[in-house]
Amino acid sequence: MIESIKRDWFSNIKNDVLAGTVVALALIPEAIAFSIIAGVDPKVGLYASFCIAVVIAFVGGRPGMISAATGAMALLMLTLVKEHGLQYLLAATLLTGVLQIIAGYLKLGDLMRFVSRSVVTGFVNALAILIFMAQLPELTDVTWHVYAMTAAGLGIIYLFPLLPVIGKSVPSPLVCIVVLTGLAMFVGMDIRTVGDMGELPDTLPIFLWPDVPLNFETLAIIFPYSAGLAVVGLLESMMTATIVDDLTDTTSDKNRECKGQGIANIGSGLLGGMAGCAMIGQSIINVKSGGRGRLSTFVAGVFLLIMVVFMDEWIRQIPMAALVAVMIMVSIGTFSWDSIINLKNYPLSTNLVMLATVVVVVATHNLAIGVFVGVLLASLFFANKIGRFMVIKSESEDEGKRAYRVVGQVFFASSDQFAQSFDFKEVLEEVTIDLSQAHFWDITSVAALDKVVIKFRREGAKVNVIGMNEATQTVVDKFGVHDKPEEVEKIMSGH
Amino acid sequence: MNMITACIDGSKISAYVCDAAAWVSLSLDTPVKLLHVLERIIVPVNDNLSGAIGLGSREHLLAEMTVLDEQRSKVALEHGKHMLEDAKLRVQNLGVADVQLKQRHGELLEALAEAEDETRVFVMGRLGEGHDVGSQAIGAHLENAVRAVRTPILVTVGEFTAPESYMIAYDGSSTADEALAKFSESALLKNLPAHIVMVASETTEHLQQLKSAKDTLVSSGRNVIATLVEGSVQDALSLYREQNNIDLMVMGAYGHSRLREFFVGSQTSKMISRSPIPLLLLR
Repeated sequence: MIESIKRDWFSNIKNDVLAGTVVALALIPEAIAFSIIAGVDPKVGLYASFCIAVVIAFVGGRPGMISAATGAMALLMLTLVKEHGLQYLLAATLLTGVLQIIAGYLKLGDLMRFVSRSVVTGFVNALAILIFMAQLPELTDVTWHVYAMTAAGLGIIYLFPLLPVIGKSVPSPLVCIVVLTGLAMFVGMDIRTVGDMGELPDTLPIFLWPDVPLNFETLAIIFPYSAGLAVVGLLESMMTATIVDDLTDTTSDKNRECKGQGIANIGSGLLGGMAGCAMIGQSIINVKSGGRGRLSTFVAGVFLLIMVVFMDEWIRQIPMAALVAVMIMVSIGTFSWDSIINLKNYPLSTNLVMLATVVVVVATHNLAIGVFVGVLLASLFFANKIGRFMVIKSESEDEGKRAYRVVGQVFFASSDQFAQSFDFKEVLEEVTIDLSQAHFWDITSVAALDKVVIKFRREGAKVNVIGMNEATQTVVDKFGVHDKPEEVEKIMSGH
Repeated sequence: MNMITACIDGSKISAYVCDAAAWVSLSLDTPVKLLHVLERIIVPVNDNLSGAIGLGSREHLLAEMTVLDEQRSKVALEHGKHMLEDAKLRVQNLGVADVQLKQRHGELLEALAEAEDETRVFVMGRLGEGHDVGSQAIGAHLENAVRAVRTPILVTVGEFTAPESYMIAYDGSSTADEALAKFSESALLKNLPAHIVMVASETTEHLQQLKSAKDTLVSSGRNVIATLVEGSVQDALSLYREQNNIDLMVMGAYGHSRLREFFVGSQTSKMISRSPIPLLLLR
């Protein structure tokens, strides 16, 4: 155990501290921006980011992944805050944590295997689009100064790293913020700053129990929000964990991560923060900057709080345009651009799943619904595809006799096709249906077989069903075949 | 249960591990398998702290890191192969005909757990890479390995010479009796004179325990001298070792919980780190 603590925390100290610092600098504008999306004071998002990052560093299942206040979650809170206020948001955050811990104990993280790659890509792209769209209010009905500042900010972010030596050692989002803030203060530009968006933290967070009545009515209000938050939070966290797994070629404990997210959200709710989850963009920045261990996440959280509490006078002066530039960078970095190139090469069904996920999310502003639609579509396409793996061969040896041989998968999606493959108009005395190479998966297919047999009988034919036993043995609802070698043997041999 | 598995790394002690493995292999007439585990070392990827992510950052990053890991792993793999070849030669020169090589990715503990089913005795060095042979520390892996496996482990501490006699440190506990019973049934060290030493006050109970332990060993056809000595465990055992020219120590390992050892300190760790002779650890 000591060994694993050492490896998770202290195997990469210098890089983890540096990467954590870089991440903290990018977390500040995000936390502020996401607070604004949720309609709360920036301090709610900042406290949340601090708390979630620090707690998840200890209890998370994926070292090196960054969790904090996120846009995906903020979008779901909007109406709750508008209609019921901040205290209900804090209560909902606590409940979200509880639900996520339960999910962790029920091992729901394993359900991620039903989320196909195209759904993940759709999720990531939708997230990027949502983050970008959330910046639009800051860019509408404003003077040209704001556009100029945003453009300059993006210019700094993407061109500064090209400078020799210094470009790779100073985070360019920081340079963007410092330069634009200095410029705005120097010129005395009259544009919106962070200070205009609400209260900033001036003290360390304090423990406080949400000021809501503890009754059923409260539960009825917050539960739908908490359930949505829990699902979206876990989805994004699991997907981000997979991305970090791939990048670092290591494995993570998904169920521990579920519980960790829950604990972090409970902590956040008790310190006056909003619910959060893992962040794809920030985690990529962390890995890119050399962060691998838990220390990087921890440093990111602590450094964020130190900067925010002790430099609040300066942070107040940051023009919103600078934050918008950083957020546009995050959304560009989050978007999977390869997926656009791949549209040409991938099968239509795959593309449809991805696009449907994106469209539904952008329309509903709810990532959970989008993923649900994506998974549903993917399953339907899959069922359709497998359903086509069925052929019925027929041969007639003598006049009045015919043998049908069924090969492939017969289940709800292919039952109709199965029933239609027989020629009932032919006048026959004897029909043989050979099922020894078919798999009957469900009662729909068994019913279809019954129908066929009865129909032939009514036409006056004698029906022999052969191979039925082999076909039905593999069938159906015999769960846990994988641990019975002899069953696997049967399936593999085509029976 | 048909292998001697010897754990090899880049350290100097690996050569002595080979010697020890060859000796066990010849005395038990069992083939040797040399195991080298390529552990993933976390090294920073690059020094890019710009914190900016743009078009296709994730894909580029993945490609970049894959290339780096690939290069690094290839070198490590090559290096490990040479190490194993050298070790094989050394073991073969000592007269072992059947020597197999095995390289695994991942953690040492995983590899040990995998190899356990086919292993009769593990052979490991006290210290791995990154220590001087002379230093009196215990390698980072050894304690975890000893805790993880149920198979006897032969720990080499320095240059290995074939032992002439061995002593068993016996404490009268029920776990010690179990370990002893298992040991006496095996063919390990069957033909060497054994000394069974118990450090305790001279009471009838202790004498009785020692007697029955001795009987267990004698019944398996061993030549046994039993002695009860008083004093502190460490000092009494090392005194006995010096007086009787013992060159191999057999003992049970890590019988207590980690919690207790955290407060009391581990007897086993102390014994391993101070021993000038190889140890055979029984679980």
